[in-house]
Amino acid sequence: MEKSRYRKHVISVLVENQPGALARIIELFSSRGYNIESLNVGHTEDPTISRITMVAKGDEHTIEQIVKQLRRIIDVFKVRDLTDKKKLDRELLIVRVNVESAEKKEEVKRLVDIFGAQIVDVSHDTYTVELTGDEEQIDAFLELIKPLGIREMARTGRVAMVRALQGDTFGGERV
Amino acid sequence: MKLSGAEILLRALELEGVDRIFGYPGGAVLDIYDRLPFCSIKHYLTRHEQGAAHAADGYARVTGKVGVCFATSGPGATNLVTGLATAQIDSVPIVAFTGNVPTFMIGNDAFQEVNTVGITRPITKHNFLVKDVKDLADTVKKAFHIARTGRPGVVLVDLPKDVTRELEDFFEEEYKAPIQIRSYKPVLKGHPGQIKRAAKAIASAERPVLYIGGGVVSSGASELVVKMAEVANIPMVATLMGLSAVPGNHPFFFGMLGMHGTYAANMAVTECDLLIAIGARFDDRVTGKLSEFAPNAKVIHIDIDSAEIGKNKAVDIPIVGDAKLVMEELLPEVEKQVAKNRELYAHRESWIRQVKRWAERYPLWYEPSDRVIKPQFVIQKIWEVTKGEAIITTDVGQHQMWVAQYYKFRFPRQLVTSGGLGTMGFGVPAAIGAKVGRPDKTVFCVSGDGSFQMNMQEIVTAVQYGIAIKVAIINNGFLGMVRQWQGIFYDRNYSQSSLDVQPDFVRLVEAMGGVGLRAERPQDVEKVLKEAMAINDRPVVIDFVVDREEDVLPMVPPGGAIKDMILPDYGRKVEKKAV
Ligand SMILES: Cc1ncc(C[n+]2csc(CCOP(=O)(O)OP(=O)(O)O)c2C)c(N)n1
Repeated sequence: MEKSRYRKHVISVLVENQPGALARIIELFSSRGYNIESLNVGHTEDPTISRITMVAKGDEHTIEQIVKQLRRIIDVFKVRDLTDKKKLDRELLIVRVNVESAEKKEEVKRLVDIFGAQIVDVSHDTYTVELTGDEEQIDAFLELIKPLGIREMARTGRVAMVRALQGDTFGGERV
Repeated sequence: MKLSGAEILLRALELEGVDRIFGYPGGAVLDIYDRLPFCSIKHYLTRHEQGAAHAADGYARVTGKVGVCFATSGPGATNLVTGLATAQIDSVPIVAFTGNVPTFMIGNDAFQEVNTVGITRPITKHNFLVKDVKDLADTVKKAFHIARTGRPGVVLVDLPKDVTRELEDFFEEEYKAPIQIRSYKPVLKGHPGQIKRAAKAIASAERPVLYIGGGVVSSGASELVVKMAEVANIPMVATLMGLSAVPGNHPFFFGMLGMHGTYAANMAVTECDLLIAIGARFDDRVTGKLSEFAPNAKVIHIDIDSAEIGKNKAVDIPIVGDAKLVMEELLPEVEKQVAKNRELYAHRESWIRQVKRWAERYPLWYEPSDRVIKPQFVIQKIWEVTKGEAIITTDVGQHQMWVAQYYKFRFPRQLVTSGGLGTMGFGVPAAIGAKVGRPDKTVFCVSGDGSFQMNMQEIVTAVQYGIAIKVAIINNGFLGMVRQWQGIFYDRNYSQSSLDVQPDFVRLVEAMGGVGLRAERPQDVEKVLKEAMAINDRPVVIDFVVDREEDVLPMVPPGGAIKDMILPDYGRKVEKKAV
């Protein structure tokens, strides 16, 4: 196999909403030594079908293998590598930062404004902020907020969907 | 009418056409066993659940039907694991049923509970835990459908005890209706454009080779493949799993390729300009060093499993589909191309001649002896005595490779061997399953002294049901293949590979109720084989005491290029090549 560059791929999977299905997908990764950066599951407009969005890093050959192996799983309807598609691509971040001083409070409020985030919880010395955006936005926000002192954070990993009118959505042809 | 879960299961099996199952009872499956005498299915009680899985596997491999096995929860289920993994990696359709603790106790570490679906997930095509008797019939139907369609494989259905007890309606007509699994739609027909491209490539190649895998056997594509070789003048080579797909004595067939392949097969692949892989998966035992496997060839790969295509080797023309259906489209295209290009035959002839020269110059060869039995000689004699028409099962080791090299198979599904997993202990129970599936055939298990001891208790199963299998133990007093590697790669340090303490196989088999025979000199070999052939009501085991340190050659050292084989000495009294 020719050597190709490593990059992050966003893979979208539609799967039967059953416990064994997710287990099989995770096992596929662990048993073959593929690395998942993030994995996200939730059901779609049809509650019997879940959408999994995963981000995995690898060369083209590895990613192609991942996609083919996913397609082999009986409960999987559809697998798409969305990396080079026009897509909507979002992640949710919740982060609790130190704001012991008035300046720090101001600084956080300023950043929250600029990024279109929200302060969703407050204590005497912390603000908890929620931000939705693409990965770069979230990385940039974290970069700026880090010097204030992050107490705790959680990010969901990406969820993604192909944009409408790209002729490449999952719609209609899934069953 | 309301039936119990157990009754629904058995009725569904009958409707699937199942008439033979292999299994072992226990508390969790007792409701099923309780109903078994009242249905039309014959159950064979093996002596170990591993034996049940291998027997179902052997049955499936020779008949092309789905094999079925039963086991109880906990240790019963875990004992199936090796057998299921063996079948799955070789794409054999099996449906396994395991009992489990009642649904309300699942996850409680109850007596004899294991997470069977969790344990078997990586070694099955799919598996199910039935939590409600309402889902039972539908699940059984899905299980058979998944096992036998697409790339065949193993499906396990885990049945909590309460599910087999509870009552539910069962409607036969409903069961017989065609099934739809919305997320499972195997691609069977090849892409027409790709088929055209393949035909063109086949027509224009100068040195093509057909590389035949187990998929040719399981899809029933054998005749079409042979026809293509003949129409377009193409030499054929096969993997271990692909043996028996085409007649072993066909003038265009040059034997097995790979680690213990023939010189001609390995050179043909190395020198070819077009490799046509059909139902083969480029296993490392076949390819050796990948960069030197068919290094200058364009590759056509026909496989029902798209995940196999391009997995190990880059492919120029991929065709996803069932080998038989694809060949049905491809062959006429090739015929058209050949008709257009009459010179095709002519310019390929020198290629075939070249491969034939390799075969003549470096044939399979061993040094004969009239003092000690040579293992290859035993295989040749079995071939003679059975007229090449026996179904052969094997265990794993040197004897398996000698079977692959020296038994010339004549028809598909004639070789039953653990290719992908290499499971010692497979041969005897697989032979039982094979004989149950094909009672009209002589079934010979060729085993090693090591392998035989892994599941020899199944001889008792064969005795109980009057299953007249024949077992040839190639007894070299060693774990022979291990010894061979230690000899070549570990400076003859035969650590833990000699079997110094052995049972007396003849007396052992007699004690189990079978017939035991022994041959210690070359002149006895044919005589005992004929004696064995005359016994038709119970198993016969022949202990062939053979040369202790014979090696399987040719051999490609692991990781080496398949053109770099260690060859036999061809009678020249030169020092064995020191490696
Ligand atoms: C269950 C299992 N354990 C270990 C091995 C590793 N192994 C491969 S070949 C072999 C030796 C087989 O010896 P024997 O059955 O006597 O056959 P021979 O090679 O002598 O013909 C062993 C131990 C295996 N294939 N399967």
